[in-house]
Amino acid sequence: MAVTQLIGARVQRREDPRLITGHGRFMEDHTLPGLTHLAVVRSPHPHALILGIDTAAARALPGVLAVFTAADFHKVLSGSMPVTPSFAPEKKYVPERFPIADREVCFQGEPVAVVVANDRYLAADAADLVHVTYEPLPAVVDPEGAMNPGSPLVHTDGPDNIGWDMTYAGGDIDAAFSRAEVVVKERIIQQRLAPSAMETRGVMASYSPYSEDLTLWLSSQNPHFIRLFVSGAMGIPESRVRVVSPDVGGGFGSKISPYPEDYLVPAASKLLGRPVRWIETRTESVMTTIHGRGQVFTAEAAALRDGTLLGLRLTQVLDLGAYHGTFGAFQACACLMAGGVYRWEAISARTVGVLTNKVPTDPYRGAGRPEGTHLCERMVDRVADELGMDPAELRRKNFAREFPFVNNFGLTYDSGNYDGTLDRAMELSDYQGWRQRQASARDEGRLIGIGLSTWVEICGLGPSAATAGATGGIALVESAQIRFLPSGSVAAYVGTHAHGQGHDTTFSQLVAETLGVPLEAVDLRHGDTAEGPAFGYGTYGSRSLSVGGMALYTASQEILAKARKLAAHLLEASPDDLEFTAGAFTVRGNPQAKKTIQEVALASYGGNLPAGMEQGLEAVSHFDPPNFVWPFGAHVCVAEVDRETGAVEILSYTGVDDCGNVINPMIVEGQVQGGIAQSIAQALFEEVVYDGESGQLVTGTMLDYLVPTMNELPTPQLDRTVTPSPTNALGVKGIGEAGTIAASAAVINAVCDALRPLGIHHVDMPASPDRLWRLMQEAGR
Amino acid sequence: MIPAAFQYSKAGSVREAVAQLREAGPEAKVIAGGQSLIPLLRLRLSQPSHLVDVNGVRELDYVHPEGDHLRVGAMTRHSTLARSELVQRHLPLLAEMAAQVGDPQIRARGTLGGVFAHADAAGDYPTLAVMLDATIVTDRRRVAARDFFQHLFTTALAEDELVCEVVFPMAPGPHRYIKFRRRLYDWAIVGAAVQKMDSGWRVGLTHVGPTAVRAAAVESRLQAGASFTEAASAAADGLEPPSDVRASADYRRHLAQVLTRRALEQAA
Repeated sequence: MAVTQLIGARVQRREDPRLITGHGRFMEDHTLPGLTHLAVVRSPHPHALILGIDTAAARALPGVLAVFTAADFHKVLSGSMPVTPSFAPEKKYVPERFPIADREVCFQGEPVAVVVANDRYLAADAADLVHVTYEPLPAVVDPEGAMNPGSPLVHTDGPDNIGWDMTYAGGDIDAAFSRAEVVVKERIIQQRLAPSAMETRGVMASYSPYSEDLTLWLSSQNPHFIRLFVSGAMGIPESRVRVVSPDVGGGFGSKISPYPEDYLVPAASKLLGRPVRWIETRTESVMTTIHGRGQVFTAEAAALRDGTLLGLRLTQVLDLGAYHGTFGAFQACACLMAGGVYRWEAISARTVGVLTNKVPTDPYRGAGRPEGTHLCERMVDRVADELGMDPAELRRKNFAREFPFVNNFGLTYDSGNYDGTLDRAMELSDYQGWRQRQASARDEGRLIGIGLSTWVEICGLGPSAATAGATGGIALVESAQIRFLPSGSVAAYVGTHAHGQGHDTTFSQLVAETLGVPLEAVDLRHGDTAEGPAFGYGTYGSRSLSVGGMALYTASQEILAKARKLAAHLLEASPDDLEFTAGAFTVRGNPQAKKTIQEVALASYGGNLPAGMEQGLEAVSHFDPPNFVWPFGAHVCVAEVDRETGAVEILSYTGVDDCGNVINPMIVEGQVQGGIAQSIAQALFEEVVYDGESGQLVTGTMLDYLVPTMNELPTPQLDRTVTPSPTNALGVKGIGEAGTIAASAAVINAVCDALRPLGIHHVDMPASPDRLWRLMQEAGR
Repeated sequence: MIPAAFQYSKAGSVREAVAQLREAGPEAKVIAGGQSLIPLLRLRLSQPSHLVDVNGVRELDYVHPEGDHLRVGAMTRHSTLARSELVQRHLPLLAEMAAQVGDPQIRARGTLGGVFAHADAAGDYPTLAVMLDATIVTDRRRVAARDFFQHLFTTALAEDELVCEVVFPMAPGPHRYIKFRRRLYDWAIVGAAVQKMDSGWRVGLTHVGPTAVRAAAVESRLQAGASFTEAASAAADGLEPPSDVRASADYRRHLAQVLTRRALEQAA
């Protein structure tokens, strides 16, 4: 393959032959000599006091090596699990969180004790034998109820249940509403979702008392941050902790923040003096891995009769769970993005983080942006509905068209062409044709609806000016290191870490093309804190290409700059007289005088260097993006509701997205298709349900928590427009979350459009058959 | 997700299986395809002391037409039933049901006898057995389907008794099974089965109560000449369906009527 074709080429994923033939190395594939197995004893109660823990029977089981409780862990762990400012810097109440409950359990599944045994079965048997005496306390389940002054407390020693309560004001909201000719109001629920990565979490730790160092293997999107947090809690210098995140079988955001087991497993290894491994069961995953969404919005939108949008006032009640997720407040960005792709005079957004006796919520694919988009796109449709306008027309009337566009909260959208994606989506989906078919279907009594979602997202986290404060210190820039070895092979290290995105391929394409070497010469390495630059920042927020890719790009440029000097020296020319094309330096006007970069690499390890030049050809680079990046697009869903059963069938789904320049279109399409699937899953299928009285998890298995399969999902028609980002040299934006951000609104708008003849204007998610049937029953009365 | 410890033995014949069950005592369980039992073991909802594996009991893997009945061995797998020409000719509704059980892996492994012994309220074959008055043959007796299914997960089987065969009447006429579910591989939220016999329509419902239901009111209305719509409106008569996270009882009653009508329309 000619090197000039690599960027933009549909290169088959390099990682796939290994992964799809079963030769990936996931957490359960990793073992150590003398490995022991840990099982966690968890609270069956959402809220209770621990009166006593009897471990005698468990300890007596042959093969059980230890049973540890909080009292033991206090000897080797200190501090509270981290909570970042994110988008709710003014927190009112942050309950302390030790990785294992001491006196009080505050959610079902919270660790109470751990058992370490010679095998996993024994550990599970022994965990059943640990007898914990509880005094159950009232469980706080409903976040809105938890805001009431008289509500029971989530933590008995807390002042109330309010984690934060702050308002983002963007413009004069009262003035905007005072001019309103039409106001629509809606209450929109974002149900809790279980991320359900195919590979559950897993942790293996080996602490050496002799060298006083720790190696930690875990399934993580974020190994360097885990190293920082665990080294701090265990009091081990960060340089003596190595974190390895091997192949990661999906994360969707659920493997960003640290979990109790990330501390308990290495601490158990230190207490026991043996390597310890814990693999999360699926039951534990649904119950104790973070949940996504979990928000209730109330919103009102003001507009003029001609469709001009004026103001948006909203309140987000965010169900935090029993503790703040480390990045839980990131989801408040729903407020900052609630204006979407439109010009509003003013937006006022209050966000309230409320504690409940449930597992914490934290970023889940899209994290705040699907919620903001869903809210905005529902409200815009409600306005169009109220005015009798075509929703496409109303959107066009209010699109932002001048870029950079500064939204109501001062965020600067880098580039966009919202008409372009909407035009193409309407053409590709045959929007007008469907409107005609919809009309004739209605005449036959059939309920067909067409839903639009014109979305924008903030991603590519992120500029140091914004992110250093949001994390409480560390800017979410990215690092990369590129090394030419003497033979001309290239080792590229990056601080992001793939969990399904195909970075091995995309980044290798980028490095190979930039350096002019064959793809096969590039070895992309990530996920091991022992390699590469001092710190990496992980993969989330659709940041890997626009921040990590740029770090690789800038490191490549540093290498090229040095290589140019050395090539000039070898060719006895001036660096300015060299051209670099197809991986070789040539002297302008004398194409015979030529050195390939791999020849230069070998020479860099020799003795014939220009005065003052050091040996070697490698570079470390950090990229601090000047702005976030702002992908956007337009999705069209056509859905039919069965009038008798309430079942929804998606008849057609179209997505036209714009993520700027593209390195590998095949991978981009895969990301969009997967994202759409995950968002349709929220719109129609998935919901974590807790019993409202007891606080017990009802959807505890994959039988009741409905992750849809390929059988239930449409094959979307996809296309792209290309509006490069002006904020980075590659002109790239992110695409990992796009489909998830776009689709739920398109689907629910289609369902609402279908039900409009019955006088139904809003449907909450999941739009399950029994929910729609009940709505239609009520509407028919 | 980690089963508790249990003893395990393999049986090569009905006689061996029964002997092993007897020896292992009241906490023993039979494992056939294991497609329902293994998840229960992994969740520790079931903690038998001993599993008697009957997958080696080849003598129970058969489909035999006999007179106007079809005898089906308990160890016949769903995939075999779905593909069997004999089943398709003599009782195509059974083949239609078999083809809709779970996913291909489950169909390759799960057995007819396992469905009967497990007696899940959402099981498909019990509906067919109850509506057609099938007979369950065990190692020691014959039990009418209506007496066999007693309650949720509860049958007439003794602790050491093995389902060996189910005898269905042949019914090659118009038929249909509609299984309403969210995902292709799910259990039915509600299922409706209809079969035209020489004597008239038979109608059965899945997952509208603790056991499969024969919709006698629908059948008698059809017998009296009612339209499909009129007859199907009686499908929910007397039902006390469960309410759960999938569907409310009211919705299940409604589905029973809609699906019964659709099944009749599609079968006719």
